[in-house]
Amino acid sequence: MQTATSLINATGLKRYYGKQAAVSGVDIQLQRGEILGLLGPNGAGKSTILQMLTGTLATHAGSIQINGIDLKEQPLQARKQIGYLPENPPLYRDMTIQEYLKYCAKLHGLSGTELKTAVDWAIERCDLETMKRRLISNLSKGYQQRVGIAQAILHKPPLIILDEPTVGLDPVQLAQIRQLIRELGEQHGIILSTHILQEVDAVCDRAQIINHGQTVLDETLASLKSRDQSLEQFFNHQLTGATDASHA
Amino acid sequence: MQVMLNIGLSEFQRLFRTPLAWVLLAVLQLILGYLFLVQVENYLSVIQPKIIASQAPYGVTDLVLNQLFTYAGILMLVIMPLLTMRSFAEERQNNTLTLLRAAPISSTQIVMGKFLALELLILCLIAMISLMPLSLLLGTALDIGQLSSAILGLFLLLSSFAAAGVFLSSLTKHPMLAALLGFALLLILALLYLAGTRTGQTSALLVYLSHFGHYLDFLNGVIDSRDVLYYVLFIAGFLALTIRKLDNERLG
Repeated sequence: MQTATSLINATGLKRYYGKQAAVSGVDIQLQRGEILGLLGPNGAGKSTILQMLTGTLATHAGSIQINGIDLKEQPLQARKQIGYLPENPPLYRDMTIQEYLKYCAKLHGLSGTELKTAVDWAIERCDLETMKRRLISNLSKGYQQRVGIAQAILHKPPLIILDEPTVGLDPVQLAQIRQLIRELGEQHGIILSTHILQEVDAVCDRAQIINHGQTVLDETLASLKSRDQSLEQFFNHQLTGATDASHA
Repeated sequence: MQVMLNIGLSEFQRLFRTPLAWVLLAVLQLILGYLFLVQVENYLSVIQPKIIASQAPYGVTDLVLNQLFTYAGILMLVIMPLLTMRSFAEERQNNTLTLLRAAPISSTQIVMGKFLALELLILCLIAMISLMPLSLLLGTALDIGQLSSAILGLFLLLSSFAAAGVFLSSLTKHPMLAALLGFALLLILALLYLAGTRTGQTSALLVYLSHFGHYLDFLNGVIDSRDVLYYVLFIAGFLALTIRKLDNERLG
């Protein structure tokens, strides 16, 4: 039974800012072992969708089930299933990496040896070993981003949600993080948002393109390839099409 | 419960990583130390001979302790907002509030954790302040009962400052603004006391509403359950408002 439920089952998500609809009726599905790329131009509503999925922002309409648990009815149980890296990594700049990750583990209810192994594992996975005693405020943007990712994967949640995880990384780090995401995707379900097409090509199994708060494409990369359509064509077409429509 | 404790301890440690807490504690101790010495000197040279001459039923505890704790209460009007301003405003400014809100913990646990950190800090402050009158034990007898009552009063007073400060800090993302709001609120409450005790026009209502009206009883060694209740309601009220504020933000 447990295996039959999908990791995310969200339908009809809506969110308004004032009268402006940031997200108007988006469905998100995710299975275990799948990496979904949420793609869209800036301001398309990607971050809002991710915030709603993590329960940091309430939905105005629609329902969300994480691993079969309703986010509205059992928020704490549902949030246990999630590791979340927000757009701006939530880092305490006056802590060292190790202290910070320990604190994060405690927030997720880990303790004792469980906590220690979790922290060591995350440090090793994100390649932070040499820096673990440094203050976070002294780290470069790339390292800070990796600490943010370490924080999200630390408690080995079934679902990992990454909001623009590769911002500020140099090409070498970029390759490492993409590799890490692919490896994590074998056992966890991952959603990542990005406005970089190549990123979706590089790591994702499936792409969902969001524009003006609505889904304009939801298809696996394999199926796109078999139709001989490139993501880039579709993306550009959609964006220019959408701008034309708003002018009309 | 465990999570609340973890948040509290971590916050408490982080308070002492900034120079702010250390500087404030040092300045407070310096000023109170000076005032304490002035009081003791004044007592020895002026008051004590008069008491002996008139056989008045006062002692060193009544005069020196009372003054010291009154000054401490007044100074804290300025200092507590500076210690509480960071609790939520800074988290919001650095985007770290998301970490707490995405974790499997409730708003109540977050707020109680933050408040716990401030309570620990308040205990440190009170320990430092109480050492001054306790040092008199080396040379004289003290009314320990009255001292305990004053300590309890100061604890409740400072806790109520902290609860109000935490709430105001949850309203904004600028710590300085939170401190200013806190300072304004506490000053208004103090002014209520002055307004309520004006000669010829005393007002029991204004004195009741003000912090200090309740504090002074404790200094005189009177633990009145009505005063305790005032502080408990004040603290619970502001903490409940803070929890509401955090929950509403999710809906926001």
